[in-house]
Amino acid sequence: MSHVEAQRPARAQVGMTEKVQVRNLNFYYGQAHALKDVSLNLYKGQVTAFIGPSGCGKSTLLRVLNRMYDLYPGQRAEGEVLLDGENVLSPELDLNLLRSRVGMVFQKPTPFPMTIYDNIAFGIRLYERLPKLEMDARVEQALSRAALWNEVKDKLNASGLSLSGGQQQRLCIARTVAISPEVILFDEPASALDPISTAKIEELIDELSGDYTIAIVTHNMQQAARVSQYTAFMYLGEMVEFDETNAVFTAPRDKRTQDYVTGRFG
Amino acid sequence: MTAASYSRRKTRNGIWTVLAYAATALGVVMLGIILVTLVWNGLGGLSLDVFTKNTAPPGVVGGLLNSIVGSLIMTGIGLGLGAPVGILAGTYLAEYGANSRLASVVRFINDILLSAPSIIVGLFVYELLVVPVGHFSALAGAVALAILGAPIMVRTTEDMLNLVPNTLREAASALGMPRSLVIRHVAYRAVMSGLVTGVLLAIARMTGETAPLIFTALGNSLFAADPRGPMSALPLIIYEFARSPYAEQQKLAWTGALILTFAVLFLSILARVLSASVRQK
Repeated sequence: MSHVEAQRPARAQVGMTEKVQVRNLNFYYGQAHALKDVSLNLYKGQVTAFIGPSGCGKSTLLRVLNRMYDLYPGQRAEGEVLLDGENVLSPELDLNLLRSRVGMVFQKPTPFPMTIYDNIAFGIRLYERLPKLEMDARVEQALSRAALWNEVKDKLNASGLSLSGGQQQRLCIARTVAISPEVILFDEPASALDPISTAKIEELIDELSGDYTIAIVTHNMQQAARVSQYTAFMYLGEMVEFDETNAVFTAPRDKRTQDYVTGRFG
Repeated sequence: MTAASYSRRKTRNGIWTVLAYAATALGVVMLGIILVTLVWNGLGGLSLDVFTKNTAPPGVVGGLLNSIVGSLIMTGIGLGLGAPVGILAGTYLAEYGANSRLASVVRFINDILLSAPSIIVGLFVYELLVVPVGHFSALAGAVALAILGAPIMVRTTEDMLNLVPNTLREAASALGMPRSLVIRHVAYRAVMSGLVTGVLLAIARMTGETAPLIFTALGNSLFAADPRGPMSALPLIIYEFARSPYAEQQKLAWTGALILTFAVLFLSILARVLSASVRQK
């Protein structure tokens, strides 16, 4: 707690609600200590970027926020991750409920092997039974939200796998948005895409912020600077610096942050 | 490299290439001879009677109706028993067991079952389901076929599910989908044609087996559809008629062999085509 306060200047707090608070988080892959005493906040309706060199733990941190690591034995987290004040790491927590509130978009587009329509409807059906007309409306709404509707409205019954890489990724975003999560986690969502598709994804993240609290892992510092309001720089499992994006890129306080954002290593 | 050593290498390469081609040719030619012999000897006996009349004593015009129906019934029941066990066990190995101790034991036992002599399986079922009941039955035959077919489906199901990328499972879990739904609606669907391939291969194996039926279904010269009693099957009738001294029965054995071989061949080719399509994705 005090750790975060010490790192973050007062100005960052003004008018911001903490949606997710990570406090003294430690993470282990078996014996390997991957996250060391990490603390930071995700502010409601804001985009927070996690940057740092490969293996620094930024993806690991993201995967703790929706307990994705739970799928694999031997991985464990210690500390606290509070979602609206409720500890996400608690063993009693209903994982599926958590994941309906904290959605995730992956590096590689992962459409399900079914039609475009069903890719969206499938997730909705997990939580709601809707009459056909209402379902159609929800599918359209989700696809529009992901800026994909105009491209696919005439082929909703085509396989999700028939779309291009960028369209597949927007389909995955639509699928995530369709179940109305509160937080969306993006794990390098554009690193497998061409520049035009990347720009579309970035635009989309920008449009989604405000309605959703967003965290994005990225290798691309320009991308972090473009889409985020807050940036966390991680190095070797430690949270080196967490501040407003502007401050991290223009006036970093830590020497390691400065070296990284100016391209001296990483 | 000197010119001499290069030319030696070229010669060696030539010899091995010829040997490899020769081995392939030997295999293909054998298969070709088998198929040609079957068509040569069996095609003449192929008539409507084969499919409409039951097996008959020498001197009476008969067919293979009861054997074909028996094969279909026993394979059907065997599949009904073996497929759920095989597919669920394969699912356990790929999705839940993974590297656990139980999973490696199950995998080991399954490998043994895959190569178990079918006559042993027949004897086992004889002791289990024929001796206590006091008579032979198609049901016992079907159980023996299920024991032979299930390990094939265990193996193919596990192999196919291992082809499903973890990212797809993660993506489904990230929507808050419970594990069982992820498997049934996403993983199965992603490799559906592969799973069907495994089932087809198992059917092909089960349809062609003779040994496990000798001690269980026994055979029946009359038409029988009740699985509680003895029943005929194509492999059994081929075995019986092939040893018969009467020319018309020998001819029917050839025809039965032709039907059986092409049915199995068709299933195998179908399985190949389907599994090629899953790997391409």
